[in-house]
Amino acid sequence: MRVAETLGQFSLFADLAPPQLEAIAQSYEESVFAEGERVLRRGLASGDFFVILEGEAVVEAAGDDEIRLGRGEFFGEISALTGDPPAADVVAATLLRCLVIPGAQLERLLLERPQLMLRLLRVEVRRLRGTLDWQP
Amino acid sequence: MAAVEPPSPPGDYDVVVVGSGPGGLQTAYFLRRLGVRHAVISRDEQPGGMFRRFPVYQRLISWTKPDAPAERASREYEWYDHNSLLADEPELKALVPPLMDRAYDLPSRPEMEAGLAAFAERAALEIRYGCAWEATRHDGERFVLETTAGEYRCRAVVFALGVTEPWRAEVPGLEHAPHYVDTLTPERYAGRDVFIVGKRNSGFELAQGLLPWARSIVLGSPRPVEIGALALSPLRLRYLSPYEEHVRGAPGTYVVNVMIERVEPRDGGFRLVLHGTTWEGTLELSVDDVIAATGFQTPLRDLPDLGLATVADGRIPALTPFWESVSLPGAFFAGNATQGAHGAGRHPPVASSSAVSGFRYNARVLAEHLAERLGSWSRPRSRVGEAVPFLLGELTRSPELRIQKGYLCRMLSAGEEGYADEGVVPLTHFLDGGSPDAVAATIEVDEAGRIVPTVYLRKGGEVAEHPLEPHPLHEYEGESYARELGSLLA
Repeated sequence: MRVAETLGQFSLFADLAPPQLEAIAQSYEESVFAEGERVLRRGLASGDFFVILEGEAVVEAAGDDEIRLGRGEFFGEISALTGDPPAADVVAATLLRCLVIPGAQLERLLLERPQLMLRLLRVEVRRLRGTLDWQP
Repeated sequence: MAAVEPPSPPGDYDVVVVGSGPGGLQTAYFLRRLGVRHAVISRDEQPGGMFRRFPVYQRLISWTKPDAPAERASREYEWYDHNSLLADEPELKALVPPLMDRAYDLPSRPEMEAGLAAFAERAALEIRYGCAWEATRHDGERFVLETTAGEYRCRAVVFALGVTEPWRAEVPGLEHAPHYVDTLTPERYAGRDVFIVGKRNSGFELAQGLLPWARSIVLGSPRPVEIGALALSPLRLRYLSPYEEHVRGAPGTYVVNVMIERVEPRDGGFRLVLHGTTWEGTLELSVDDVIAATGFQTPLRDLPDLGLATVADGRIPALTPFWESVSLPGAFFAGNATQGAHGAGRHPPVASSSAVSGFRYNARVLAEHLAERLGSWSRPRSRVGEAVPFLLGELTRSPELRIQKGYLCRMLSAGEEGYADEGVVPLTHFLDGGSPDAVAATIEVDEAGRIVPTVYLRKGGEVAEHPLEPHPLHEYEGESYARELGSLLA
């Protein structure tokens, strides 16, 4: 399936019209990782934002249970938005296909498409609530 | 006279290289140097690959400076000569510059083709020409390539096929329009209104070629032109007059960001329905000609049926750092398709894997990787007496690091008796390569576009990065660099 059509199925991009999705799909590169390949490396600056188009990734945060991410989910946004190096390794758990948006361009894209920013924020808030629930 | 048996007959090999363009020639050269049992086959009758025909307007976009501040046979000269293949023998180095008429610092297509032919001939590469690869299958651990000359069996294949097969975007009606490759005669567009689909290399090259002929030109595709990326693109040198005219508001030349809903043949011309991607609204245009300049793909034949994964709308194979398919083990790629490897994802991707200047180094690294893996060669791992001057010298002079920025690094492993040279390898191989203590030097470009010499240290399994100060002349052998790197390695 074409990248623009795939993005159109994800809730993150649900507010965007087909021409806008087409522009996003054509503006950024796809990357495919072999099973077991590292995508993000803990402590090493990256800055890229990854949207999973196909396959699964595992977030290997020290001391925590591993978190699995699948189609339509994303990672790398904290480094991309703050410039801080990733706090965890992210590894391809299967053949993993991602759309890769460089950090500097993510900021611009979110400012141009506030609907996208709002949907990203909702996911972040849910993730934050998930971590708070873990507190004793 | 007895017929001479052509080289590389069908049979069983460790490696088969498919293709006789620059990627195939360079890989074959290094495989032979490393003693790998291999065959080279090509459907063409002559070496040169895409340069036997392209670029359409017969001028390359990568520079070669016949006179430079380095001797032609030196390693440093490679930085000034982005078009010659690499060799260890002085008589095989820098073969393109003597063939140039110096009308430009960019060789013409025939000059480039002649340089590649000279390399293949003088290096006496044993290529079976006129042998077309037709189908692929597995036989246990081996690949079987069915060709017009018979079957080749091998443990690994290196496909050096170029990215040369015309590719059309999936736009309804675009099949009625000719592709970029079919537009060799610009005078045919005299006095006509032309819509070019695509805003990458071939789109701008075409627009530039048509400027003296066409009545009006519109370049359209969904993606906006990235001004920052353009500044680093070889395109800016030769093909950007259409863009300049557009940004100055010159009527008759336009660059638009649109999704093309459909292309309809009408009254001997075409009608296009376009939707803005970075602006709200719809455009309807009537033009005399539409040209699909939507680029090229690697001619992968039946490889996707065997499970080969691709990127870029199926145009390019998805590759590991050593240019092996991420999903079809044993299938490697050389040449322009090595751009399908994603690298370490560090800063902006600035390596030149889609050009001869970069993929010639990839070919050497690939040949070493294959030779090690197949057991026909061991890395010499020579002792490096002084790691600090060695690494600073590499950062200053190594063409591999300067051209394949952020992708290739020079790696030293640390042992009880000091450092050993692990050679030039993908940075990702260093970052993810396991636990032995090691150091790697690479050149990166930061978000602000500064060229930053960078050192990575691996100690006790933990990797840390250390960007060094940029230098206005990119010379990193001064005392302050030696002090800084010395304290890092201490």
